[in-house]
Amino acid sequence: MQLSREDLKRAYERMFLIRTFEERVEKEFSAGNIPGFAHVYLGQEASGVGVCFDLSDEDYIGSTHRGHGHCIAKGVDVEGMMAEIMAKAPGLCGGKGGSMHIADLKKGMLGANAIVGGAPPIAVGAALTQKVNKTGKVAVAFTGDGASNQGTVFEALNMAMVLKAPAIFAFENNGYGEHTAQAYACGGATISDRVKGFGMPCEVVDGTDFFAVREAMQRALEHARGGHGPYALEIRCKRFLGHFVGDPQAYRTAEELAEARASDPIPRFRHAVSEAGLLEDADFEAIETAVQARIEAAVQAALAAPMPDPARDLTSDVYVKYA
Amino acid sequence: MSRKTYLQAINEAVRQEMQRDPRVIVLGEDVAGGQGASGEAGGVGSVFGQMKGLYHEFGPERVIDTPISESAIVGAAAGAALTGLRPVAELMFVDFVGVCFDQIYNQIAKFRYMFGGHATTPVVIRATVGAGLRAAAQHSQTLHPLFTMVPGLKVVMPSNPYDAKGLLIQAIRDDDPVIYLESKLLFGMQGEVPDEPYRVPFGEANIVREGGDLTIVAFGSMVPRAEQVAASLAKDGVSAEVLDPRTTSPLDEDAILESVEKTGRLVIVDESPPRCSLAADISAMVADKGFRSLKAPIKRVTCPHTPVPFAPTLEDEYLPNPRRIEAAARAALAA
Repeated sequence: MQLSREDLKRAYERMFLIRTFEERVEKEFSAGNIPGFAHVYLGQEASGVGVCFDLSDEDYIGSTHRGHGHCIAKGVDVEGMMAEIMAKAPGLCGGKGGSMHIADLKKGMLGANAIVGGAPPIAVGAALTQKVNKTGKVAVAFTGDGASNQGTVFEALNMAMVLKAPAIFAFENNGYGEHTAQAYACGGATISDRVKGFGMPCEVVDGTDFFAVREAMQRALEHARGGHGPYALEIRCKRFLGHFVGDPQAYRTAEELAEARASDPIPRFRHAVSEAGLLEDADFEAIETAVQARIEAAVQAALAAPMPDPARDLTSDVYVKYA
Repeated sequence: MSRKTYLQAINEAVRQEMQRDPRVIVLGEDVAGGQGASGEAGGVGSVFGQMKGLYHEFGPERVIDTPISESAIVGAAAGAALTGLRPVAELMFVDFVGVCFDQIYNQIAKFRYMFGGHATTPVVIRATVGAGLRAAAQHSQTLHPLFTMVPGLKVVMPSNPYDAKGLLIQAIRDDDPVIYLESKLLFGMQGEVPDEPYRVPFGEANIVREGGDLTIVAFGSMVPRAEQVAASLAKDGVSAEVLDPRTTSPLDEDAILESVEKTGRLVIVDESPPRCSLAADISAMVADKGFRSLKAPIKRVTCPHTPVPFAPTLEDEYLPNPRRIEAAARAALAA
């Protein structure tokens, strides 16, 4: 489907927002402003944005430990995210969740999930809600190549088929589960072959091409919204950095890392759109300037904000009501 | 009001809540039964018949048979609850929690806190518990301490038909995740159960029998045994108070402390291996907060530190039985 100029701007804005956000997270982490761990989405922007492009706030996604990009793609507020990642009280989760647990239910974002394979069963349940309530909406599980080896994921794939749930499984295959190659850890078959073994349609998609991801996702949405049950995508993408910020990645050669950087989805998008004469340099530059200002403001606000107060916040929010 | 069994009370609670609230769904293995088979679907209604008839009344969209996939059952219940349904998920035997514990303690129990109070996860996980059916090591455990120690969960152990219904209705209406543990030994127990829906609140102990000489705290299927011992002690002029906390989380500490303040002697009967049990937990709590009330050492009557055995001779001795409970009570009284 042909995208309008506004759609193209929105796609570029989302991808560039993720890129700028994650580069800043990397920088702030190194500066000691982010406690704990940070797993960034650099290199995978076209996947998250392509998958979420045609979703509404009433469609749901579940995410992974590498979830910042999914949040931004789904429209979650970057100020609230940056504050959360910096463990600040105005963060989306009040500083109680952090990078690996950002959630925004009002935006249909059911949480980053630090258990590998966490999202698929939850997404099946969110899809079941759509089926029972006949909303015509879907639930998407972002999950990775590492998670594709988890038993919970196999159970979720089968359960989605049995329940004919409007669930979409987006397997982002970035080639590595933590520090071990997918080529080693995925026994016997590709992810898509295994998914097809459950009787579920699964497309292999070039995750560095926004247009390819978005078009595959449109087919997935048509299938799921049409009441035909679940659908899956194996989205092959590149992880620019290591498993976490600071991972020296001795297990990847310089050539491989350079090749990953060379298949950057953002210049690829810009080149294709420019070549087609759909957006001008000035359009891209205006987006970039606005995004940079937005991230700068988010960082400054987060740095200035207080951390949660133990007297008030340590023991609250465990229960809705505990006797 | 009419006489019903514990099993009927459970069935009636779910049925009435499903009639009242279209968001309530049931999912699990064989909650209907017979799906995809050559005969009629819906005749099983759970392995002990707890969900009997619900499939015929509410249909396959709300009474959902699942594959044997506990992670996906509980995980799907979590996702459904986060997005607006009120699922009642069934674990046929609590022993099977081993394959889905991540969904319970890392997901369901933590959403609200991790997400800064913005998530509500009204899931009920029903599971059958307890030894006594010669079902051996992997179908006979109780495991309530495992759930009780997880912040974010509420844990319910009904000991009679009245509570079985009222606590389950409370569980379904509760906005927090609830683990509801059905005692297999009590399914046939009869009692007065009102026909209309009613709630029994969590965290409020039931004084099953009043007494002044000794407090016996017991949970689930251990409560009738404690009552039996109290009746036996009464013949010797000993007045034992039997306290059923009904829920292990929240725990009605005040009721336990008040009773011990009155009697000065405490026996805790807990169907669990002794280490990190509710017996250990309550002992510590009373030693801390009620030490001056105690006239004798606290006695704990638990299972041994073993898996549940198969042979009837072994299993009968594994469970806290009236003989062991009475011996503990007499030791507390003699001290």
